[in-house]
Amino acid sequence: MTVPDGPAAAGRSPSIVISGASLRFGALCHFAGLDLTLEGGRTTCLLGPSGIGKTSLLKLVAGLPAAGLAGSVSADDGAPLAGRIAMMAQRDHLLPWARLIENTVLGARLRGETPDLARARALLTRLGLGEATHLRPDALSGGMRQRAALARTLYEDRPVILMDEPFSALDAVTRHRLQGETARTLSGRTVLLVTHDPAEALRLGDRILVLIGGPATLHEVAVPDGPVPRDPTRPEFGAALSRLFDRLAADGAAA
Amino acid sequence: MKGVRSVIAAFGASLALLVLWQGLILLLAPPPFILPGPAAVARRLWTDRALLLDHGLITLTEIGLGLAIGTMLGIGAATAIAASRRLRRVLLPLVIASQAIPVFAIAPLLVLWLGYGMASKIAMASIIIFFPVTIALADGIARLEPGLADLARVMTGGVARPGRRWRLLRHLYGPAALPALGSGLRIAAAVAPIGAVVGEWVGSAGGLGWLMLQANARAKIDLMFAALILLAVIALLLYRLVDGAMARATPWARPTDFLKESDPT
Repeated sequence: MTVPDGPAAAGRSPSIVISGASLRFGALCHFAGLDLTLEGGRTTCLLGPSGIGKTSLLKLVAGLPAAGLAGSVSADDGAPLAGRIAMMAQRDHLLPWARLIENTVLGARLRGETPDLARARALLTRLGLGEATHLRPDALSGGMRQRAALARTLYEDRPVILMDEPFSALDAVTRHRLQGETARTLSGRTVLLVTHDPAEALRLGDRILVLIGGPATLHEVAVPDGPVPRDPTRPEFGAALSRLFDRLAADGAAA
Repeated sequence: MKGVRSVIAAFGASLALLVLWQGLILLLAPPPFILPGPAAVARRLWTDRALLLDHGLITLTEIGLGLAIGTMLGIGAATAIAASRRLRRVLLPLVIASQAIPVFAIAPLLVLWLGYGMASKIAMASIIIFFPVTIALADGIARLEPGLADLARVMTGGVARPGRRWRLLRHLYGPAALPALGSGLRIAAAVAPIGAVVGEWVGSAGGLGWLMLQANARAKIDLMFAALILLAVIALLLYRLVDGAMARATPWARPTDFLKESDPT
């Protein structure tokens, strides 16, 4: 079953230019003067150790206020970014009192639109939650909950998707399956995926940027050829993964 | 099973209290106008049941209406505090001042303004109830999980449609704050009788507080104890009612939740 993906089809997803991003708390500088571009319609993985400021960078793109955070963000098509972003975090942030179908259409409710329940149901079904649309989140497993969060993200149908370690709380098998589903459903959109898992970055990233050091700087890392999601059993994947680990370890030592 | 056990526990505690009470009577043999025995009080509860019921109903009505009005005012104030920074600046000092002034101090004024009837007692109960409800709900609204607030902000980014604040309250902040409102209501239900009884003491023609004063003045201490017991029963029932209603309204927020890990698993 195909679900119409509306105005966010490939080609209309803007590139996002971030310039002069900085995160400072008094004399403590996490990073300053960072410039990067998220290519339109592609997935950029931002990789780095915990606490380096990856989430803050994502918040900057999302236009969310955060202490110590500064920098400018714009889309290459000149239109404002507000209203063109959907976000998915490590925690599913499902409303505990609402059934899955209502959780999926939360954005529409908050915007005062009439929710398209048929589309929400179709999305949930596509993600394997067709039987669970009328359950509350506490009846679901962690993997199902995160899939529901993905359905809510997809329902928003935005050309720009920001994801903050969306799979880090899941077991390996569930994570692998959800990574594949996510890559397939989000293809054609401008995606920023924040992660601390090198294998996840290699599997899902059209580009990989490593944020490391103190103050942190950005380094682009070469990715294997081929479309995402990449098959982790291929030999070049393993080679790239070991190179990436070496790179992270070397940067960590230099920092 | 759990319900049966809690009833047995409550019964056991009451029984222990009765035994202690009777023990004191047997041991110290105080005159009945100082401390009557449980049997005398039980007899009074039965013989004066019509009188107690009449006055109990008055007090119950005062508490019930006070609870309803105070809760509505509290919800209104908390919503206003949450919705607008300017209203917050005006309202919050008023809310706090309403509690800083002891209800005992304003009780005579309320009786003067609203009369000896129920209105002044309802007003007093409302004032007492208003505070915990307002603070608990405003706190619950303010304490929405930051990640959810961020999500809502991104979802509604760039939307010019009016009523955004109302929709956020209706679909997100309000339901999320219901368990906090429940805590406020439980406190409110427990303190509401204070307002009503203080009002009756200051000036009234009925109610359990009035009855206690009358009984005390006539050295009918057994009647005073009977009224006190009835008041305690009313307070307990009210609390259980509110507690049960809130538990039913927020089935996702089980009271044991705060004992569990809240981390994602």
